[in-house]
Amino acid sequence: MNIYDIVFYLFAAITLASAFVVVTARNIIYSAFSLLFTFFGIAGLYVLLGADFIAVVQLMVYVGGILVLILFGVMLTNKITSVQIKTGTLQVIPAILGTALMAGVLIKIFTGTNWHSQMAQYPTKTTAYALGHILLTDYVLIFELLGILLLIALIGAATIARKEEKAS
Amino acid sequence: MIEQYIPIFLVIGVSVVFSMAVIASSKLFGPQRPDSEKLSTYESGMKPVGGVRERISIKYYLVAMLFIVFDIEVIFVYPWGVEFKKLLGEQGISALVPMIIFLVVLELGYLYVYKKGGLKWD
Repeated sequence: MNIYDIVFYLFAAITLASAFVVVTARNIIYSAFSLLFTFFGIAGLYVLLGADFIAVVQLMVYVGGILVLILFGVMLTNKITSVQIKTGTLQVIPAILGTALMAGVLIKIFTGTNWHSQMAQYPTKTTAYALGHILLTDYVLIFELLGILLLIALIGAATIARKEEKAS
Repeated sequence: MIEQYIPIFLVIGVSVVFSMAVIASSKLFGPQRPDSEKLSTYESGMKPVGGVRERISIKYYLVAMLFIVFDIEVIFVYPWGVEFKKLLGEQGISALVPMIIFLVVLELGYLYVYKKGGLKWD
């Protein structure tokens, strides 16, 4: 067991433990804050896989952005003081079917992956160069489509936010 | 290799240990003489009014969405920026075109939000 394994198990433990809290916490705000540690643990796993740029993106977008959005979502809906927003056990059979399907896919991937390939080809310099290069040469169409996707998100957010104002 | 990340682990470790030590030591060694005035909610010296579960305006959500969209924009500008010199050598000035299109598309969204009055704080 080398340092790589120890760090991996540390981040895997952080991710799994906090993900467990996300789904079992009775109060939605605890779930939201626990999600922070899940995102952080996943960023650590990306680093171990040699995807340093993705790890930084994970921290910037998920920890810095998506989580703020989720907390805003909680604050926007947490008005109802008489009814506590809590997680409960509903829809047992569809849940079992869904998780069984997901588990099947994950086990298939888990058994079919060569897990010892990443150590040998661990990059010595940042992957941002290679990413920047293929993003503007081979995948330039996807890059522009992504801009349009972000534009749609922006227009959608603006439309929803203004509708609320007219109603009030 | 993984050794490059040792400084980051050190920073994370020091910040976690330091923040926990500060909170724990103030709990352990600080004098604690609570009374009802001290335990009441602090609101800039005023008597607290209203509940904390006030409904928050959806305008904040728009601000958060704007933040995420431009956060993602910055993330895509960054790999382009570090690779730009090489791309300029390969393709000449046309290396600028995809990024300009990308930025213009996003600025259209910004203009839309601006014209809709999404940035007004009324």
